Amino acid sequence: MVDIPFDTVAGIPPAEVGEVELYHPKSWWTRYVFSQDAKVIAIQYSITALSIGMVALVLSWLMRLQLGFPGTFSFIDPNQYLQFITMHGMIMVIYLLTALFLGGFGNYLIPLMVGARDMVFPYVNMLSYWVYLLAVVVLASTFFVPGGPTGAGWTLYPPQAILSGTPGQDWGIIFMLASLILFIIGFTMGGLNYVVTVLQARTRGMTLMRLPLTVWGIFTATVMALLAFPALFVASVMLLLDRILGTSFFMPTLVEMGQLTKYGGGSPILFQHLFWFFGHPEVYIVALPAFGIISDLISVHARKNIFGYRMMVWAIVAIGALSFVVWAHHMYVSGMHPYFGYFFATTTLIIAIPTAIKVYNWVLTLWRGDIHLTVPMLFALAFIITFVNGGLTGLFLGNVVVDVPLSDTMFVVAHFHMVMGIAPIMAVFGGIYHWYPKVTGRMLNETLGRFHFWVSFLGAYAIFFPMHYLGLLGVPRRYHDIGETAFIPASAHDLNAFMSVAALIVGFAQLVFLFNLIWSLFKGKEAGGNPWGGASLEWQTPQTPPGHGNWGKDLPLVYRWAYDYSVPGAIRDFVPQNEPPAGSLAQGAHP
Amino acid sequence: MSAIILFMAGIAAIAGWWLSQQRLASKPWLEEGVLADFRGDNASSLPAAKIGLGVFLAVVGSLFALFISAYSMRMNMVDWRALPVPGLLWFNTGVLVTSSIALQWAYIAARRNDMDGVIIGLCAGGASAVIFLIGQLLAWRQLSLAGYFVASNPANSFFYLITAVHGLHLMGGLVALGKTTAKVWRGVEMVQVRLSVELCAIYWHFLLLVWLVLLGLLTGWTDDFIDICRQLLS
Repeated sequence: MVDIPFDTVAGIPPAEVGEVELYHPKSWWTRYVFSQDAKVIAIQYSITALSIGMVALVLSWLMRLQLGFPGTFSFIDPNQYLQFITMHGMIMVIYLLTALFLGGFGNYLIPLMVGARDMVFPYVNMLSYWVYLLAVVVLASTFFVPGGPTGAGWTLYPPQAILSGTPGQDWGIIFMLASLILFIIGFTMGGLNYVVTVLQARTRGMTLMRLPLTVWGIFTATVMALLAFPALFVASVMLLLDRILGTSFFMPTLVEMGQLTKYGGGSPILFQHLFWFFGHPEVYIVALPAFGIISDLISVHARKNIFGYRMMVWAIVAIGALSFVVWAHHMYVSGMHPYFGYFFATTTLIIAIPTAIKVYNWVLTLWRGDIHLTVPMLFALAFIITFVNGGLTGLFLGNVVVDVPLSDTMFVVAHFHMVMGIAPIMAVFGGIYHWYPKVTGRMLNETLGRFHFWVSFLGAYAIFFPMHYLGLLGVPRRYHDIGETAFIPASAHDLNAFMSVAALIVGFAQLVFLFNLIWSLFKGKEAGGNPWGGASLEWQTPQTPPGHGNWGKDLPLVYRWAYDYSVPGAIRDFVPQNEPPAGSLAQGAHP
Repeated sequence: MSAIILFMAGIAAIAGWWLSQQRLASKPWLEEGVLADFRGDNASSLPAAKIGLGVFLAVVGSLFALFISAYSMRMNMVDWRALPVPGLLWFNTGVLVTSSIALQWAYIAARRNDMDGVIIGLCAGGASAVIFLIGQLLAWRQLSLAGYFVASNPANSFFYLITAVHGLHLMGGLVALGKTTAKVWRGVEMVQVRLSVELCAIYWHFLLLVWLVLLGLLTGWTDDFIDICRQLLS
């Protein structure tokens, strides 16, 4: 055991974190609308992200209706189908998941978990939200511009993204790129806050190795996002110039409608490199916060310390670093040099090692734990199972020889929905059920929560498990209607119909969730300050919901890590991070 | 993509060095009590704004490294026709160097509590930065008058795009510089002015460095270097 001097009255280190000059709101507007309080900004981020996410959910219904019952819904034409695909993907990946994990959970939890009064740059933080909102508005407005939203697919590959055959070529693509550029600017403002707050505003005693894993996950994901989003920024700006000014960064020499276009000599592969240099880290930008949240949920609801905390931290850092050298595994069929394929297949398989460590540690945390099957715990368990499922098919697709035949089939769609659709959403739901009592002071309704969980979890598997099989049959993705294709048996159509019905049901279950969010706000059971018996700092605030400035007169003092659950000899089955070691105050000296 | 990979390797080295100071091998489950604060004896003394600027510079650096990566990939295509670099660029470079020196001057004056020196430095720095921007616009004008339009060749497109992005970052810096000057005007205490001036100076030096790299790229000086990198990688 490392010999660490115990706290004595005189031994408390001086406050190295200067008291932040908090901005105090003077009116209703600055308190609830143009607020600089990270907690309010977090709620604004979450509501905006969930709202635009509902749009994407409806789009997925429309796609499933078309796939399940081709020809029945005449209002969905092939162009619209492509537009639905594009908007669904873009919204879900960037405007919902990224914004919700970093802007929502990050803003709410970072200051509370590290023991700070607020983010270090509150004004920039507020600006970040409003720029994000503007990006969302620009994105949503593409539904109403002439020609509608772009139908280029969420990857926006040139040349087709800006050629006349693609829906939304007039305005949709321009608005989409403008919205992405705005999003990146807004995110950079927020991201600076999250990183510097973790670095500089931790309270006394909160060393990096005492941070809850949620903070580690969000912190690392933010660092990655700050470095990776510029690649999307560069790609968007250059594609925008190709579209508006007629430059040829990405556009090769092309004949369109029998006529030579003004473009010439550009490299579509260059775009793919830039896009995936952002796109792959993006997967982990979404996954790492989920990893962190799940680690905390499992530990709290199994009343057991997280197994292998150090390994968990190292794995998060390793995944973050490795995710920058695997991007071209999205480009095996782009015609790149086969040796590059080997290189990227190798790095892709290496990244499975730290990821597997995390999964083992979650399972070992559960092992002989006092598992409470609360709603957050159910979602956490669902996350582990789903992530393992999606991760295993990732091993298939990471290998060049397996990927080439499966590329552009439903197998890929099933894989990425499992690993970065369902799994992170399970973490989002788990996180919301877990921290809602802290945010509102009331519990979410348990019965509705269980209903929501079982329908969502089983329903998601009803949708995406058969989809793997369709992919192996060779059913292509992005097709409006597969029609009578020789190699696709009739049973595939029945399966499609089944999946569509499941998708509709899962979608409706989300409405139950939304109802629960609103209903519990007024009628939910009073939660008290620490309903789950959590040890980390956010559960130790003097008020619930935490007041302006989070803590009372003094910042909390941290004496231990965030996972002291079921400590032998302790009075309760958890020891809060800010509880002094037993006897130290009485003796006042090193025991 | 070699430029961005090199840049990321640099960032990873810095991050790795920083992490190595953070006792990542400690066993938090065994350590109870108030720890000596490992935000370190050196790191935590830095103000948050300075760390924030450092992180922001990493983001900006990553942005320009990506532009350079794209540039070096695109310039190998057959349709690339390098454009003649206007002589004005050399003058502009000189002006930007002056601007950087002026802000360094202001920073040194701020450390000596010499308010007049700060004002002179800030004004000279701001004015020369504005002259730089006007000079860049004139260079654009010269090129377009000579028939080098933005869409007529990818080399032109990159020239306009990269200089525009650099100019925009400088304009953002001018906003911060304006705020700092306003602070001095209102007679804010020297301690606060000192930090603002220092941050401006750091940002200016960084943009000067970026500009020198970009200039080397645009004038073709670094072509040999890029070739060497490419051969190393392939």
